[in-house]
Amino acid sequence: MSTSGHALALDGLTKRYGSFTAVDNVSLRVESGEFLTLLGPSGSGKTTILMAVAGFVAPSAGTVLLDGRDITPLPPEKRDFGMVFQGYALFPHMNVAENVGFPLRVRGLSRADRDAKVRAALDLVQLGQFTDRLPKQLSGGQQQRVALARALVFDPNLLLLDEPLSALDKKLRAELQEELKALHQRVGRTFLNVTHDQEEALSLSDRIAILNHGKLIQAGAPAALYERPATRFVADFLGKSNFLSGTVSEASGAMMVVAAGATRITQALPEGAARPAPGASVLLSLRPEKIAVLGEQDSADNVVTGTIAGWSYLGAGYSLRVAVPDLGEIRAVLSAWRAPIAPRDGLAIRLGWSADAAVPVAEDAA
Amino acid sequence: MNGMAQQRGWWLLIAPAFLLMVAFYVAPILQVLAISFTEPELGFGNYERLFTNMSVQRVIITTLRICAITTVLALILGYALSYTIALAAPRAQVWWLMTVLVPLWISVLVRAFAWVTLLRRQGLVNTWLTSAGIVEQPLELVWNEFGIIVGMVHYMVPFAVLPMLSSMREIDPRLLAAARGMGAGRGLAFRSIFLPLSLPGVIAAGVLVFIFSLGFYITPAILGGGKTLMVAEWIGLQILDLIRWGLGTMMATMLVVAILVTLAVFSRVLDLRRLFGSGA
Repeated sequence: MSTSGHALALDGLTKRYGSFTAVDNVSLRVESGEFLTLLGPSGSGKTTILMAVAGFVAPSAGTVLLDGRDITPLPPEKRDFGMVFQGYALFPHMNVAENVGFPLRVRGLSRADRDAKVRAALDLVQLGQFTDRLPKQLSGGQQQRVALARALVFDPNLLLLDEPLSALDKKLRAELQEELKALHQRVGRTFLNVTHDQEEALSLSDRIAILNHGKLIQAGAPAALYERPATRFVADFLGKSNFLSGTVSEASGAMMVVAAGATRITQALPEGAARPAPGASVLLSLRPEKIAVLGEQDSADNVVTGTIAGWSYLGAGYSLRVAVPDLGEIRAVLSAWRAPIAPRDGLAIRLGWSADAAVPVAEDAA
Repeated sequence: MNGMAQQRGWWLLIAPAFLLMVAFYVAPILQVLAISFTEPELGFGNYERLFTNMSVQRVIITTLRICAITTVLALILGYALSYTIALAAPRAQVWWLMTVLVPLWISVLVRAFAWVTLLRRQGLVNTWLTSAGIVEQPLELVWNEFGIIVGMVHYMVPFAVLPMLSSMREIDPRLLAAARGMGAGRGLAFRSIFLPLSLPGVIAAGVLVFIFSLGFYITPAILGGGKTLMVAEWIGLQILDLIRWGLGTMMATMLVVAILVTLAVFSRVLDLRRLFGSGA
């Protein structure tokens, strides 16, 4: 297989069903060889976008461009895209080799060429010895690999994945995530993935595009999205987050002080962010793992005291819900290994975080 | 209560139904079988006629031909209908199904006479054809094999649709999308995916329609006008008009045997319990 990917671009893509707008003016570029994931809750329009790229859904407005060429009017069979469907859509009356060979048969390849390519594709997903089995004789993970081999066997311009791992149990999912990532690096093609699983998106993707109510909210590398979410929705959907709201009481240099009731929060301004005027209301996103449970002598830029309202033991650590005056309920995680405190309900504890731990985020547009 | 007694209790519960079946169904059939060997004299005389009597052979061949044609036509029409219904929106499916099933609630007799009015020499079809100048003389559309087939196909289409539709509904529509995504046009996707996957339903519908057609009585009697005889009408003629009980019961036995053989052959190919709607 060659290592050439194609670049895909969506320009103002819109899909309306009657008065319902499933996809609202989405513009997005997928670079050549990139693994991009469309992430969003159900009903966010991510699958509709994928179906529009595949050619199964005709957009109401906007264009789909492949290497700059407008492919919006092309039917699916003319697009040369490999696709892994949700539930895999393997042909139940064909064995593994016939399933994988189907795209080649359609293209009129000779028997010998077909056999060679099918073998290569099945070896790529480590299923070389299963050629004669019917799909129903395979496990979920094996079916998933057959679907991948079938989608890649004809050297497609682009590989589209519709919730490829959602039907698998948790352990197998983690295993196949790694395999899928390795496969992407091996074949060097452009992958466009759709999922509602944020962990899958974070671990697989070069870039993630987060969607909600049909709109593109934010796109970027996984770490960039996690560390600098633009809106409350992104911070909440990608990982867990506490939200602290208050008003700016002073701002100078790269620092500001946010007043939340009687509590003063020292907050660093992220690089490139405009300095807010005093009196402006701000919303801060603070990840649970960036909050430390402080001992008697420890100090931090921000220190608050609260009482444990609930906790659960997760093996590697504790998840704590701490009632803090002015800030409401704050979630924090505490490593179980040499924990400074033994959690119990009603215990008064000190929480601390540094000035650059939280990030200001925008409230979601209505 | 121990298990044995409990089991006996269940048997007692179904005993009335069982006795009813034996008394009114199995016993007469056995009697038919017995008569075919005893009337007019003991022996295989009646069955010899299968090989020696031209008119007996003609009836059988006519019946098989009409049933085969009916089955093929009902399958083709039924397949097109089922395909449309299976791929229609859920709301439209309800209406389509109604249109297919409503004719089943109308008496066979009424429908046969309705076809006579449509197809006879001064009927609607011929009037229209002659006034439009398509034909000069009215066509012979009824009281022949053509008329019988029209009436039988009309009756059989719903029976062809139901098994085919149920097998088509089990086909995941994503399979067709997948085939097209891999470069197959609509036609190829249909031929290589949908058609093979719907084949069990087609075979089931074919068996059902063929077996049903074998014993058709009213429709061929009315639309055949006594000139084209099928097995059921011929049996009626032998027993009721010619009082040849032996010959009539012989043919009736052959009909039952033919049906059982067809079922036996196809039960090897497909799951009969699913075809007739029991089991999951």
